[in-house]
Amino acid sequence: MTALSPTRPAGVPSAPAGAAAPRRRSGLRRHRQRVALLLVTPALLGLLIFFVYPLVATVFYSFTHYDLVSSPRWVGLANYRYLFTQDPNVVQAARNTLWFVVFMVPIRILCAAAVAALLTRPRRSTGVFRTVFYLPALVPPVASVLAFVYLFNPGLGPVNRILKVFGIEGPLWFNDPQWAKPSLLLLAIWMMGDVMIIILAALLDVPRDQYEAASIDGAKGYQKAWYITVPNLRPVIVFSVVTGVIAALQYFTEAAVAAGVASGKALVGEGTGSGLGYPEGSTLTYPQWLYVEGFSNYALGYASALAVVLFVVAAAFVVFLLWRTKSFTGSGS
Amino acid sequence: MGGFRVHTVRNPVYKDAVVMEEAVRITHRARTRVAAVAAVAGAAALALSGCGSGGDDGGETPIASAAPSHLTGTVSLWHFFSDREAKVIQGVVDDFEKANPDVKVVVHPGQDDEKLRKAIAAGNDVDVAVSYSTDIVGNFCQSGAFQDLAQYIQRDKVDLGQLLPTVRSYTEFDGTRCAMPVLADAYGLYYNKSLLAKAGITTPPKTLDELEADAIKLTTYNADGSIKTLGFNPWMGYQEMAPAHLAPATGAQWLDENGKSLVGTDPGWKELIEWQKAFAAKIGTDKLKKFTAASADEFSAQNDFEIGRVAMNLDGEWRVAFMKDQAPKVDYGTAPFPTGSDHTDLYGGGYLTGNIGGIAKGSKNPELAWALLKYLTTDTAAVVKLANGLQNVPTITSAYESPDLVRDPQFETFLKIAQDPHSLTTPPSPNGAGYQLAFGDWWQKYQSVPGTSDLDAELKKVDDQINAAASLNSVP
Repeated sequence: MTALSPTRPAGVPSAPAGAAAPRRRSGLRRHRQRVALLLVTPALLGLLIFFVYPLVATVFYSFTHYDLVSSPRWVGLANYRYLFTQDPNVVQAARNTLWFVVFMVPIRILCAAAVAALLTRPRRSTGVFRTVFYLPALVPPVASVLAFVYLFNPGLGPVNRILKVFGIEGPLWFNDPQWAKPSLLLLAIWMMGDVMIIILAALLDVPRDQYEAASIDGAKGYQKAWYITVPNLRPVIVFSVVTGVIAALQYFTEAAVAAGVASGKALVGEGTGSGLGYPEGSTLTYPQWLYVEGFSNYALGYASALAVVLFVVAAAFVVFLLWRTKSFTGSGS
Repeated sequence: MGGFRVHTVRNPVYKDAVVMEEAVRITHRARTRVAAVAAVAGAAALALSGCGSGGDDGGETPIASAAPSHLTGTVSLWHFFSDREAKVIQGVVDDFEKANPDVKVVVHPGQDDEKLRKAIAAGNDVDVAVSYSTDIVGNFCQSGAFQDLAQYIQRDKVDLGQLLPTVRSYTEFDGTRCAMPVLADAYGLYYNKSLLAKAGITTPPKTLDELEADAIKLTTYNADGSIKTLGFNPWMGYQEMAPAHLAPATGAQWLDENGKSLVGTDPGWKELIEWQKAFAAKIGTDKLKKFTAASADEFSAQNDFEIGRVAMNLDGEWRVAFMKDQAPKVDYGTAPFPTGSDHTDLYGGGYLTGNIGGIAKGSKNPELAWALLKYLTTDTAAVVKLANGLQNVPTITSAYESPDLVRDPQFETFLKIAQDPHSLTTPPSPNGAGYQLAFGDWWQKYQSVPGTSDLDAELKKVDDQINAAASLNSVP
């Protein structure tokens, strides 16, 4: 069996020199432990207050009927029973959210990687293009959505007018149940700057000598990409996938604002779910349904059950992704 | 992985002993951790079980036998109004302070219902709260977020008979009056007189069939066949086209006395759905969708009715103020919304809803809060001033008799609708507008499905969905 012994600073004797030494060392260790505990206390408190407490609270409330004002009433598994057997909206919301996970995450990463690859080549205008492609990520999401819904407005927007010039009858975009999600996908691609920038950094970090060595060995372009570029990008891709999946599972703001603006109804300040999901529930995401139940229908207990299920799914997704990508990254991330 | 060490040992017996010792130590440590986590979770759960701003004591706190003869102190007023409307509220608050010089009202404007509920639950300093939605009444009365006003009303002999009957019904739930109305919204038909005259229509439609016939006559098309201007947009979800706003046309009811859904059994709903879907199909579903998608925001200056894109529209009384401000040159009229051909006796009514106010749970100055709430909702001069300023309809009969109430000819229609006995509202429910959302969502999908399906079976499903969702807020 391999011996793994605790690391010991150089110069520290391996065995006690006398009877007092163990006591001194034990005292020193306790002191160090106390200092360490003191140093991590703020972080631990933050973890307890902002993660553990809300998590335990959510789990507890998920077994109750609760409206925020009166005391929660214990109802056992009633909320979960309703969630899995009776709520028709949760199926639609989960399906929509899954759509965003399946399409938005990989397409966004692929587009970001493609743009990043084009922007690695040193040219005079490279800096300008890097800025241009990153800029949308700096725009507040609400403003981006407002602009996008206007651009794609079937009657007033320029996109359909331009398409018409070429004899193409544009779709209704955000107003069509079939096109609303793809329209949001286009918006997400436009806002891919955050992913693009880290992939660009990773691409620029690939050692040049590896490409030179491969060239000497006669490797072709695609072989260099597959055997050199992709392996170097693995950690960044895994990071983008994990954060992308979590963001897609929590997708809310863009879909909510798009629904409100496209439906022609001001939702700001209403605090209700009356416009979410427009058109015909096609953009209703799981977190939005959770919000509607909690803050519009006053069923915070049920909303907590929805939150618990979302947490479990997100955690399972992440664990699965990290497990599957262990071999891919070679480091277990 | 601190704490895990693997020793190199040669003696198998000793090795087993060490492994065993480690195992015991790990198990013990693991148990300690599990116990610690369980303790934290248990403590949190215990703490949480008492959450909800102090629990429900159930009983009412007795109030003074007589209203204070002199009011002193500070009272907070939370409301959702902003900008110009907030100034109107402030004007009335100033009057209250003038009449009660030792009272200071701290006003918190721009507070929506979500913030309000959180503030009340957190025990913030909320005395009087005004909400824009009657949908909260069921939950706020049931949960106690708004206090029961019965004792104050009884003691001060407030005549609830002065409230419009429909308004009275939406400010109480299950026998508990926890809210008072702070003006109301009434819905009716707006019509563009010039466009109607051009089409040879001299009077606004009074039945749904007339509305449909006039609308088709008023609709014009572009060369490519798309709609240029629409007589009336019947697309469910367009601006104010919502089930609740159509219900008075056939007298359709939402819930029975036990809170169970009636959308599947009240024939009024079926009549409305069939009319709306056939009307939309007659114009062309795709054309209507395209036309609706190209509409600008309902509350912008590009509102379809204001720019003449639609000739007739279902809207609230507030549009009168919008028209004055955004489209003063448009020659328009207002009328009650048409009724079903078999329900002409209902003509004159419309949908009614409004703002409501209440005394928040945990109010530190309930007497002062009641005095302010009573002033805002039952003092004729205050109500008239609010109605004139906010351009909403008053909720007490004395305000309608006041010579100070501004009676714009277009606004007059809505004053009549508000007082009409056939006007309807959406009943308070513990799950807010949940039942309306469920039905509205279904209707929006249903109108897109070509042809006709088994409407009764579909509506039965909606009933089941609404009733099942209501169980999430039920009190055992």
